[in-house]
Amino acid sequence: MNELLKKNLYEIRELLDKKEISSPELLQICLERIEKVEPKLNALITITEDIAGAQANEAQKRIERNETTPLLGIPITLKDIFVTKDIRTTCGSKILENYIPQYDGTVVEKVIAAGGVMVGKNNMDEFAMGSSNENSYFGPVRNPWDLERVPGGSSGGSAASVAGLECYVSLGTDTGGSVRQPASFCGVVGLKPTYGRISRYGIIAFASSLDQVGIITRCVRDCAMVLEVIAGYDPKDSTSSPIPVPPYSRLLDEGIKGWKIGLPVEFLSEGLEEDVLKGIERAKEVLKEAGAEIVDVSLPHLPYAVSVYYIIAPSEASSNLARYDGVRYGLRVNSSDLIEMYMKTRAQGFGPEVKRRIMLGTYALSAGYYDAYYLKAQKVRTLIKKDFEKAFEKVDIIMGPVSPTTAFKIGEKTSDPLQMYLSDIFTIPVNLAGLGGISVPVGFDRKGLPVGIQFICKPYREDELLRCAYHFEKTNALKIEWPSLEDVSPSQK
Amino acid sequence: MRKISREEVLRIARLARLEFNDEEVEVLTHQLSSILDYIEKLKEINTEGVEPTFYTFVTETPMREDEERKAEGADQLALREAPSVYKKFFRVPKVIK
Repeated sequence: MNELLKKNLYEIRELLDKKEISSPELLQICLERIEKVEPKLNALITITEDIAGAQANEAQKRIERNETTPLLGIPITLKDIFVTKDIRTTCGSKILENYIPQYDGTVVEKVIAAGGVMVGKNNMDEFAMGSSNENSYFGPVRNPWDLERVPGGSSGGSAASVAGLECYVSLGTDTGGSVRQPASFCGVVGLKPTYGRISRYGIIAFASSLDQVGIITRCVRDCAMVLEVIAGYDPKDSTSSPIPVPPYSRLLDEGIKGWKIGLPVEFLSEGLEEDVLKGIERAKEVLKEAGAEIVDVSLPHLPYAVSVYYIIAPSEASSNLARYDGVRYGLRVNSSDLIEMYMKTRAQGFGPEVKRRIMLGTYALSAGYYDAYYLKAQKVRTLIKKDFEKAFEKVDIIMGPVSPTTAFKIGEKTSDPLQMYLSDIFTIPVNLAGLGGISVPVGFDRKGLPVGIQFICKPYREDELLRCAYHFEKTNALKIEWPSLEDVSPSQK
Repeated sequence: MRKISREEVLRIARLARLEFNDEEVEVLTHQLSSILDYIEKLKEINTEGVEPTFYTFVTETPMREDEERKAEGADQLALREAPSVYKKFFRVPKVIK
């Protein structure tokens, strides 16, 4: 394996800027790696070799002119939920199997303008609904650390691509943990910023009040660099924030001495695996060593978060997914009757999890149930948000687990949807409250699988979030030997 | 346990423009019942006087100048991905009996 594959984005940035390597050379190395490992990982739905080639040549010209941006000439992959002009965008669904968008979303425009080299579109749970990447029409993604295990979801392809050394950064989306949880399962860094920090224009909608773009990289500094490029107000997304975007990567160095880090007591009573609990203990030690103080806080409404989420998210999804009707784009199953055409198209185009959530959402919004379910959930959401506000009166950052377990086996949880939903207990509250969160590797469990730790920040304080994560990472000094994947086949494993 | 009936599943499916075979209805009835049963625990919380949160941190809808902007070729582009087209229109099965 080429040693350049293991480098972080910021290291590659330096090599490119010093002209010790060119962007087309780097792309070639990544494409060769993709060819070798993709049959095992299935992390990409579409490989855009030609487009990447042209972008790498263009980026190299800019580098020769001594231009630089965090992404200039850097191989990047995008979850297949980002609409990309003239590049097939499936959202992991049969209903969009052949959909070729007419435009680029805002984030994609920013990546292109910064000179990113887009090598492919990542596999994902269909319409971002899932925690294991087993709900993709294009087959499950495998975890680079153990090919029999899931990479997490719904941005499982993105996390597997970054951990599998196919690229230096991937963009995903996080509605209830879909960036943080797969990052944790794959031993990489996953950031979900505050709601509104990054434009959602051109991202296929799942639950509009919860969806947010996220960034997956192999270290915190990389994450900060990429956030600088893609964050900011967008006139095309009225929920994006006008708060200015600070130079995150230049705000990392100052320490976290004297910071108060809150650990919600409820986080420790939700059936954590022993090794995950050990990860928390280790994280506390690391943070203390970095000069921070660990403080008990309380999120009394935590036990209700999953219920609230599984009313709000499916309700918004049932409305958002009404557009897939076989009329303007996507799959159509012909029938002589209009209603029947809708029903057959949707019955054949959507997979079981998507249908289940549309049903749940339609039920929660239907006449007679709106107040009891939807409105009630939105009120409890307020209480969850207030719990965080109260906790943040005492502390700078909140810490906790990302998921109750490390990566589980493919097929282990598919028969019981509720059990799968419950595993999102630590990530969901952050989306409900709209806050920023990040997952950072803390260590490995006894099976050799990565364990992540989560940090949560006050609204729009990604500067503090990244700074805390950066000093945690630095003090923890975890040595990660990335899996080679070039000598085992799935059948041997 | 909060039971959702088979008939209710079929009614919701119709509203959602989805169709299921008998076996799928059976499985869904069971799964939706267990999920709704879990969700029931929200009833434990008193939410009297609590305002709902539909969006976080979105205080107002930003306004912009009402200026004319060109969208040349947008109609053809919009039709590009349509499964069936007639002239400048999306074509659907006949809706008038």
